[in-house]
Amino acid sequence: MELNSFLLMRHEILLFSIILLLLIAELFLPRNKKSSMIHLALVFFGIHTAVGFLPLAEGSLFGGMFRSNEMIHFFKGVLNIGVFTLLLQSAQWLEKNMLKQDRGTEFFLLLFASLLGMYFMISAGDFLMFYIGLELSTLPVAALAAFEIMKRESGEAAVKFILSAALASGVSLFGISMLYATNGSIYFEDIMSTLTATNLTLLGFILFFAGLAFKISLVPFHFWTADVYQGAPISIASYLSVISKGAAAFILMILLFTVLKPLMHVWEPLLYILALATMFTGNLFALRQQNMKRFLAYSSIAQAGFILLGLVTGTQLGTATVVYFVTIYIFSNLAAFGVVQAISSQTGKENMKDYEGLYRTNPKLSLVMMLALFSLAGIPPVAGFFGKFFLFTAAASKGYYLLVFLAVVNVTISLYYYLLVIRAMFLRKGENPIPFFKSKIYMKLGLFIAVMGMLALGLYSPLYDYIYELSAAFN
Amino acid sequence: MNLINLILIPAIPLAVFLVLGIFSHKIKPAVSGVVGVAGLATSTLLSFYTAWQYFFVLGKLDGVYQTFVEKITWMQFTESLHIDMGVLIDPISVMMLIVVSTISLMVHIYSRGYMKGDDGYTRFFAYLSLFTFSMYGLVLATNLFQIYIFWELVGVSSFLLIGYYYTKTSAIAAAKKAFIVTRFADFGFLIGIFIIGFYTNTFDFQTLNDPQGPAILTWASSSFMGLSVITWALILIFMGGAGKSAMFPLHIWLPDAMEGPTPVSALIHAATMVVAGVYLVARLFPMFYMVEDGFALNIVAYVGAFSALFAAIIAITQTDIKRVLAFSTMSQLGYMMMSLGVSGFDGHEGVGYMASMFHLFTHAMFKALLFLGAGSVIHAVHSNYLKDMGGLRKYMPVTNITFLIAALAIAGVPPLAGFWSKDEILVAAYENSQFLYGIGVFVAGLTAFYMFRIYFGIFWGKETNYKHAPHESPFSMTLPLMILAILSIGAGFIPFSEFVTADKAGFATHINLELAAIAIVAGLLGIVLAWIFYKKENDLAFRFSNAFGRFYTWTSHKFYFDEIYLFIARRIFFQSVAAPIAKFDKKIVDGTMEGIGNQTVVVSRKIKGMQSGKVQDYAFGFIGGVVILALVFIYIWTN
Repeated sequence: MELNSFLLMRHEILLFSIILLLLIAELFLPRNKKSSMIHLALVFFGIHTAVGFLPLAEGSLFGGMFRSNEMIHFFKGVLNIGVFTLLLQSAQWLEKNMLKQDRGTEFFLLLFASLLGMYFMISAGDFLMFYIGLELSTLPVAALAAFEIMKRESGEAAVKFILSAALASGVSLFGISMLYATNGSIYFEDIMSTLTATNLTLLGFILFFAGLAFKISLVPFHFWTADVYQGAPISIASYLSVISKGAAAFILMILLFTVLKPLMHVWEPLLYILALATMFTGNLFALRQQNMKRFLAYSSIAQAGFILLGLVTGTQLGTATVVYFVTIYIFSNLAAFGVVQAISSQTGKENMKDYEGLYRTNPKLSLVMMLALFSLAGIPPVAGFFGKFFLFTAAASKGYYLLVFLAVVNVTISLYYYLLVIRAMFLRKGENPIPFFKSKIYMKLGLFIAVMGMLALGLYSPLYDYIYELSAAFN
Repeated sequence: MNLINLILIPAIPLAVFLVLGIFSHKIKPAVSGVVGVAGLATSTLLSFYTAWQYFFVLGKLDGVYQTFVEKITWMQFTESLHIDMGVLIDPISVMMLIVVSTISLMVHIYSRGYMKGDDGYTRFFAYLSLFTFSMYGLVLATNLFQIYIFWELVGVSSFLLIGYYYTKTSAIAAAKKAFIVTRFADFGFLIGIFIIGFYTNTFDFQTLNDPQGPAILTWASSSFMGLSVITWALILIFMGGAGKSAMFPLHIWLPDAMEGPTPVSALIHAATMVVAGVYLVARLFPMFYMVEDGFALNIVAYVGAFSALFAAIIAITQTDIKRVLAFSTMSQLGYMMMSLGVSGFDGHEGVGYMASMFHLFTHAMFKALLFLGAGSVIHAVHSNYLKDMGGLRKYMPVTNITFLIAALAIAGVPPLAGFWSKDEILVAAYENSQFLYGIGVFVAGLTAFYMFRIYFGIFWGKETNYKHAPHESPFSMTLPLMILAILSIGAGFIPFSEFVTADKAGFATHINLELAAIAIVAGLLGIVLAWIFYKKENDLAFRFSNAFGRFYTWTSHKFYFDEIYLFIARRIFFQSVAAPIAKFDKKIVDGTMEGIGNQTVVVSRKIKGMQSGKVQDYAFGFIGGVVILALVFIYIWTN
């Protein structure tokens, strides 16, 4: 193997170097200058994100354990932009925390380690690599959830998350071992050729599936979501709902459409049922939430149901629409969480009631929030509309009319609660509205990227065409 | 055609909206008014320039007006199906540009006086600009998808403007009602678009309307329940149009929409947005006409005729002058729909199409004038109700004269604008169906009657004891009235059939003296009756309405349509349709949080244990889920 071919792992190597660099840098920074770590991390990661978009060859390493192709490369780039935006949005909150607790570098180390795990998970060519990636992406997040150690809820969220995650990965590992037992290999390519629907493989598949379903928070594996989102710092809730969920949905798609294709007659009805259960549960719970983080938690559960709608199809159109939808979802949710973050780090307020009259005092933030919610609700001409529209068409083209109809009912329900927030911001006067404040430049930039992403995906059609072309690789 | 000009027409109001919307707190009201009017004046000039260039400079090629399309592919969905964005210029879109620009400009000028001193002055102008932008986009759309997007945007701006006085509960309720009813109709529209996209693989108007195109040539190839699928799609699309144009039975939102500021009623609910439905049918007219021998078009005709009659009867009994005008609008829109419905295609056969567009044009002028006049009166007496008015001609001479001109125009008295267009509609109906013609003449009489009922009631009759003496409105309000009055007189003399016809070739019209005479007599009869009943204070009208007894009561309650909908919604729908959906709708109808609160309390109480906050329970749910799924998919599904 030539040294050259290691460049296939460019994303991983770069990110790992950044982690090391930050570790070293921390040693040399004086105590009272710790907050400059934020700038340093942002610069490093910004470069990493930019470099990530340079073209990359296709191929595999380590006898097929690690592989990369254009679609994977593209999706890593999307995740990078997502994390970069998230860091920008978290900067202010982080700075405050650093000053208070005299620590903070570990935020970056843990977050990047988790992202590294996602990279490995997406690029995995066998179940071992996949499992290591899964664990690496999950464990640091539990520590991150407890980041605000002085807060009781933060610790509670971390404990709930680590327990649920441990259970999920245990179950998943059990499933993987069954798949290994029946197929005699952990390599995706081998399994694909030998996989048949025996009882043991089906059990293995369902156990394995539960582990990923946990990450995407599909019903009934979603219980942790709301509690953890609410208790954890907003940045972490945002990370879980945007990056973690996006990556998990992507890897689920890859696995279903390649390795698990022989089981299609099983996973089609499985996803069908879970899609409905997830959409309805997420939407019905979201209706009554008062806390914005909890509200977005249930909204993101409902959105996961829509993702399944595209996965059900198992066609190239399905692949393209799922990737398109997930990408849009990432930017829309980043914008929504960004506004919540901006308001929370300024005033500490997180309830919907506090948002009443926001438009009068902070019109720009309200407009960003409105765009984000419109996109999540799927109102034209924001990107979310096309995401949903394409998903529905993909599902309808395979003849799932009932599913599409019920999904449309769900869109209507979701429209209602998204409009509740908009009503609070624009139409209510509010007894005690949040006073006008100016966000820091990082926050502004973070929101700007999210909004631009949302608009570009909706208005600039070559992006969809590009995704459509890439999707050919999986079918 | 100059593309830059065409793009600037909608772009300017959009820019104004963004500027006023983003800087609403920093801009002084006086400035925002000027910015709004100046922006729109520019768009208006460009629209007129476009019209002049289109009709007189470019003119006809081989005796036919050409269609100009500039578009870009916005979303390539599959290889053959794509969504475009662009501008389409043909006789009807140019005509609509003129209508939208003129009325919108008048309303902008008028609003500077009418909304003076209002808290949300800047917000108001921002919304008006948003609306105008959306309406331009709708008019210029090149395909079904584009028109749908702007269609929804128009709906949103209408929602914002109806609910403009958001501290008033009734305004909020009305805004919601308008939004929900039209959304419901748009649901049909959207399904229609999907069907068209699926079966013809195109959204493009030109391809769809092409007699050799996939829609018209192959409509017979697939059918559903005895009708062509394309016919179903057209009926569904018409459903969307009927929602926007307040056709029976989707009309219930329009009277309530009068809660908005009066200039808004004039612009949106009289002259522009509500004609979008008519425009949509006209836009797809070749399809409506040629698919399945015009089956869908017949539905348009009868729905239109019925709405015209139904609304005219209700208008007689209403006491709120804006509601009278609202029902009158619905009735006149019914007229336009009927006219489209009875139309043929080639040459003089297409007189119905031409008459419909002609009436759309003239109606916009005089109905906007009526609304703005009513606004002027309401401004003076601070009430919408006839009982608070009377004898105002002495105090408000300009409003009086201009309102009279508009009333004469809508009553169809020659030589005012309404006479010419209405006459053409009646000719078209007469040539197609004696029955529809009869309805048309009867409605013409009713129209004259109810219009002069309110005219006499407002400006003549006994004076009410006014707290402060009413006075004429400021110049910024009377100026648009005067301009629109001139247009209401003169618009009828435009040789419309030269410019706007179904086959774009144009033909010469001549007045059919017999039919014209009958229509004039019907109109004059209505006016005379109104004069006897309402000019002087007497109890004739009261005795007369008593004689009709129950029918009068029904009519004044708008045939209990709102109540019927509420009944259907509450009793039948909610009790038999699945609980979550039903509860969801209930709270929409009620307009309160109550329904949803109850609903989710019930649901969440049932599943409360699942979200207990205890990790053990979560783990139990997780494992339980795995076990159930495993059992289901291993033992039930696969075997």
